[in-house]
Amino acid sequence: MLKVRDLVVAYGGIEALKGISLDVPDGKIVTLIGANGAGKSTLLRSIIGLVKVKSGSVEYNGDTLTGLNSQQIVSKGLTLVPEGRRVFPNLTVLENLRIGAYMRKDEEGIAADIKRIYEIFPRLEERNWQMAGTLSGGEQQMLALGRALMSRPKLMMMDEPSLGLAPLVIKEIFNIIRSINENGTTVLLVEQNANMALKVAHHAYVLETGRIMMEGSGKELLENEEIKEAYLGKKKK
Amino acid sequence: MEIFQAITNMTAVGLAQHMVNGISLGSLYALIAIGYTMVYGILLMINFAHADIVMMACYFALFGITTFHIPWYLTFVLTIALTALLGVTIERAAYRPLRDAPKNSVLISAIGASFLLENLATYVFTGRPLHFPDIPFLSSMISVGGVQIQAICLFIPIVTVICLTVLLHIVNHTKTGMAMRAVSKDYEIARVMGVNIDNIISITFAIGSSLAAIGAIMWGIRYPGITPYLGVMPGLKCFIAAVIGGIGNIKGAVIGGFILGLGEILIVAFFPQFSGYRDAFAFLMLIWILFYKPTGLLGEKTTEKV
Repeated sequence: MLKVRDLVVAYGGIEALKGISLDVPDGKIVTLIGANGAGKSTLLRSIIGLVKVKSGSVEYNGDTLTGLNSQQIVSKGLTLVPEGRRVFPNLTVLENLRIGAYMRKDEEGIAADIKRIYEIFPRLEERNWQMAGTLSGGEQQMLALGRALMSRPKLMMMDEPSLGLAPLVIKEIFNIIRSINENGTTVLLVEQNANMALKVAHHAYVLETGRIMMEGSGKELLENEEIKEAYLGKKKK
Repeated sequence: MEIFQAITNMTAVGLAQHMVNGISLGSLYALIAIGYTMVYGILLMINFAHADIVMMACYFALFGITTFHIPWYLTFVLTIALTALLGVTIERAAYRPLRDAPKNSVLISAIGASFLLENLATYVFTGRPLHFPDIPFLSSMISVGGVQIQAICLFIPIVTVICLTVLLHIVNHTKTGMAMRAVSKDYEIARVMGVNIDNIISITFAIGSSLAAIGAIMWGIRYPGITPYLGVMPGLKCFIAAVIGGIGNIKGAVIGGFILGLGEILIVAFFPQFSGYRDAFAFLMLIWILFYKPTGLLGEKTTEKV
């Protein structure tokens, strides 16, 4: 279980996170919704060690993550699918998957996992030797997911996986997220597409300007009037 | 008629002579330019100290042979190792503490490292030119088909090609090389993949400096007057070579090196009246490339991210 307690992150003098506390229980999909600038990405980036934390703590299965570097955090079984996919454009599709397994030494296991990921995403196998920069947005998102899976993560954090994708592709991506979770990986999902996110999530948090304003099960929030108006684009009746 | 024949013969021999000179100079430029381009590719900074790493390597080899009487071949191996260590040390001391600082700070630190090495060398080794020791066979003049050349000129291109082949293999076909390419595009995400980017940067400096050392040794055999400032002009030209080829691109740096080396020699050969301007050729090429293809011959188009 991932436990975040009173996390404060500041850029310069401005606090992007003003004391966030949340839990991500093992085996669940937890989603974090909120508008631009609410601090969603900052939260994920600080959990994975890319952003310095001002105060508060992050714990994973009893180990404190705050103060560790990304390499140490990743070695504990966390991974991040970053916003905007950020596959390595100058590496081939295969190399992108291989670098996802950078910390692993079991060549056989890596080969088996690559095969498995090509079964989930047959389109990636067709583009095996292509530079990742030449893929379409949807393919790049699949590659980013595949790359993250290559580290055999216990907790996968995803930052806006639906960003800039066509509705059909978004549907596909969310189906995959669900099946990743069903195979035992915990998911912490950050989304602006609140509708889709709340539908797959077991539990959800609403983030507004650095604070958590609301939490509940995905279903509860989907039916909440305020959420409907603010995030789902439905007028109160 | 016989006279005409003689002139054409002489020109052919002369041309061959100039080509040999140009190719060996181009190879040396290429070896040094690789160091600039690799560091730029990963840290997005110009390692001004690289030129002085070349100079230090010349002194390492010189003193290894003359003062410490180590056999020349052993000296060369030691020189490469020491120079690699020097490159890594400079990165640790002058660049790593500024990893999160603005790019200009690192650039200034690089200029500082360069001045430090030059002045340290002047202080310790004096500014008086020292003579690079003659190496058996390699330093001697030999005649190949009527062309008088220094034996090392035969080896310079061969060594360069071997170095380049090994380097491209490392960069394109090993796990470390893959990490180097990843770090050069997106070090943050490389970190999230578990890549230790400090290690990768150290390896990059070690490789770049080793190649510089190999270039420096051959440079010393070819141009045996060693001074603390010998790296400055070749350093500038090799940086230009890297820009011409497309900075960050290894093959581009090699092509740039050959263009500058050959161009410089051939200009002097064909227009002896311009021989005083041989150093200007590199800078003219720089201006020309910046006008017509600012990303360099093999450089890729990049859009500045906001």
